Amino acid sequence: MKLNYVKKYFLPFILLAVIGFLLVAACSGAGGDTETPESAAVSGDINAIAAERGLTPADIEAAVKTYTPTGMLDEYIMFSSGGHSGQMFVIGMPSMRLLKTIAIFTPEPWQGWGYGAQSTMEVLDEGNIDGEEVRWGDTHHPALSETAGEYDGEWVFINDKANARIAVIDLRDFETKQIIKNPIAINDHGGTMVTPDTEWIIEGGQYAAPLGWEYASLDDYEDQYRGMVTFWKFDRESGRVLADQSFAMELPPYWQDLCDAGKLVSEGWVFCNSFNTEMATGGVESGNPSFEAGASQRDMDYMHIINLDKAIEVYNAGQTEMVADFPVISMQTAIDESLLYFAPEPKSPHGVDVSPGGEYLVVSGKLDPHVTIFSFDKILAAIQAGGFETDSYGIPILAFDDVVEAQVEVGLGPLHTQFGPDGYAYTSLFLEPAVARWTLGGPYEDLNNDPAWSLVTKTPVHYNVGHIAAAEGDTVSPDGKYLVSLNKWAIDRFQNVGPLLPQNFQLIDISQPGTTMPLLYDMPIGNGEPHYAQIIKADKLDPWEVYPEIGWNPAIQSLDPNATLAGEERIERDGNNVEIWMSAVRSHFNPEHVEINQGDHVTWHITNVERAYDATHGFSLPGYNITISIEPGETATFEFDATHDGVFSYYCSEFCSALHLEMVGYMLVQP
Amino acid sequence: MTTFVEKIIGPRTPQENLAEDRMRYLLPTIFFLVAVGLLVASVFFPYWKMTLQAPQYPKGLSVQAYIFKLTGDVGEIDGLNHYIGMRPLAEAAQLERSLSIAAVIVLSFLIIGSIFIHTRYTVLLVLPAILYPFIFLGDMYFWLRNFGLNLDPTAPLSSAIKPFVPPVLGVGKLAQFVTITQVQTGFYLALAASICILIGLYFHRRAYKPLVESQTELDSQATEKD
Repeated sequence: MKLNYVKKYFLPFILLAVIGFLLVAACSGAGGDTETPESAAVSGDINAIAAERGLTPADIEAAVKTYTPTGMLDEYIMFSSGGHSGQMFVIGMPSMRLLKTIAIFTPEPWQGWGYGAQSTMEVLDEGNIDGEEVRWGDTHHPALSETAGEYDGEWVFINDKANARIAVIDLRDFETKQIIKNPIAINDHGGTMVTPDTEWIIEGGQYAAPLGWEYASLDDYEDQYRGMVTFWKFDRESGRVLADQSFAMELPPYWQDLCDAGKLVSEGWVFCNSFNTEMATGGVESGNPSFEAGASQRDMDYMHIINLDKAIEVYNAGQTEMVADFPVISMQTAIDESLLYFAPEPKSPHGVDVSPGGEYLVVSGKLDPHVTIFSFDKILAAIQAGGFETDSYGIPILAFDDVVEAQVEVGLGPLHTQFGPDGYAYTSLFLEPAVARWTLGGPYEDLNNDPAWSLVTKTPVHYNVGHIAAAEGDTVSPDGKYLVSLNKWAIDRFQNVGPLLPQNFQLIDISQPGTTMPLLYDMPIGNGEPHYAQIIKADKLDPWEVYPEIGWNPAIQSLDPNATLAGEERIERDGNNVEIWMSAVRSHFNPEHVEINQGDHVTWHITNVERAYDATHGFSLPGYNITISIEPGETATFEFDATHDGVFSYYCSEFCSALHLEMVGYMLVQP
Repeated sequence: MTTFVEKIIGPRTPQENLAEDRMRYLLPTIFFLVAVGLLVASVFFPYWKMTLQAPQYPKGLSVQAYIFKLTGDVGEIDGLNHYIGMRPLAEAAQLERSLSIAAVIVLSFLIIGSIFIHTRYTVLLVLPAILYPFIFLGDMYFWLRNFGLNLDPTAPLSSAIKPFVPPVLGVGKLAQFVTITQVQTGFYLALAASICILIGLYFHRRAYKPLVESQTELDSQATEKD
């Protein structure tokens, strides 16, 4: 009976089950098919092509390591300074393709940077110096924001050496959001570097001058001229440097050069190197030693060792003096509060770099063939032991032998050091020119098979390398893999393009241990003279594809009160003031007629109401020096006085669609 | 003598029949209730989807039609459509979308009501629900045709793109765009509801037809007696 029962009603439930199954199949059916790439079979033609082009097997290997076919994305992104282009370059690696130039201190028309759009003019104006519009910069050292000593891909900072300014770039849209002028210094060099959680941005000075840049004769150099390091407080919430929570430290008029923040065991400390501890004042035209000679007399200069944690306490306690309305910890306070120590460093050094674990500080003397490695533990012990000599300003000097861990002879003209994950350090050798691989000791000794504190190999570079950048090579966990040599001279590497040559970025494969360190690729930089670069794993970046909402103002990273939604376009007149709310969409501006009178003051808002990836519109108004880039969702505002009459055709300057040429309007200015 | 209402709703199931074979009478109810569940669930899923593929849109553009709303790249597709003079998608089927939820509720109550009706009139009550997915497709065709054939003759590309009827299902081609239209989860749920109703009707007939027939026989005997 029971069996029969089951049999009898089996069919309906099977049916239900089948329907359920079909439903599940239907719902999950939209999965899409996966394509598997055909395996790469090398045809015999490769050899023929290689022979015809004169390529060696090593060349082919390098090509295979770097060639990036269409649609394949790069593994790393390099943020490079642009030098006196005042910009920053964003470069994909290993393809070495230039992805973007970020306008910072210098107007740049493609991005509409500094040609009318208020969001850009206001940032540039923040960098005015005593009311003077300074519209270029000499960008040197990009610093990606860090969390616990790792790049977090949220912000990047950079300094302007020429004018002692720093800039904040938001990596959600890769645009500059803030420029800060250092109120006490006219130039800088040791910036920007960040503390391991990006609470502070470090800006060290360079050429000493009276703080607050007042006048003082060079005869009073030792009394009146000063160096400095500034600690800028960064607030992630607002994305801004908070000048009113920042402070500086007065330093002797040695020329502070590069700084690095301590990390892990040395977190809370900052290290800066210096040169011209001779305090040479030049004057070659009067028979005095030139700076290059006068500043190179001593065998040792001073590495500055700064207790930042303690300096913050001193600043919070109000033990500062105001210079140009900016709080400065005086040298005397720094001495009294044990904030500042020196360690002798050979000779005219250029760069101090902290090892991944924070245990060692690597200094290269430009005019000494060694890298000198200081031990942070030994520095602490020496400070603890006390009994110092002092310099002429009373700043304690630790004994060289007490704090040095090792010296490695790497070659001629060592400059900057980066690190790998495998106990290797890399130092650029300007004079040879080459990149040296050498080994760290101590906790890093067992990470490779080469003896500790020894030179392993060198790869020649072309030519005159300045900085080098390894993948995440100055973080607490370097990636290795790739290193870029930022070469100053290219000479014969590229076609001659006239007497001003491009720089040469050379990509080096550092993925294999020991003496294998091949050169892979040359990338010309024809639009600037980069100094330092940092390389971040590409998947740490998560920028917006389009602005989050229609009507976005990138300056405030929120909705603009003058956002113009489709259907709200209008022109309003109030006396001589004309205000325009315009929309832009493929392929028209609305309104297309703007009729005004000569003498009117015009305020013009344009919103790109597109939501499509890459649907950027340009807005170019001839005769009034206005050109703007309006990315999808963005609202831009500009103002001008209609000083001259006539007919002005404004048009979309970014080829946006098949009917792009028709994306035009007339501004008619009646006399 | 059976009243008119009794004639519509049919005889009740005698207790002894239930005691003997409860499942026979439960099955149509189960299938009808499952159908209601599927129908209600379908509201939460898109019924139809159009995907546009073109080289400059590597991820494609798509619009999903729920019975009460459109989602997806509607703005972008409207922006493109303005070149050929097609009206904004939001203007299509406004009445249908505003009534759709109420319609599904009515269909559901008709199905639930049919559980209590044991005669052939049950078919009339559930027929709208059975036809519902096909009505949806028919309406979709109507609007696609209406939109495709009524292009603004002053649009930028009106001389290049002549009025056309986009396919309701399948692959079409328009300028550089390949359009792929297909039914989606919501539609499959509604279709499954239709199938459940059909199966339910089979079991319904198997359970109640004998009862109705014996009732009719009793009635005719009673009439003869009169």
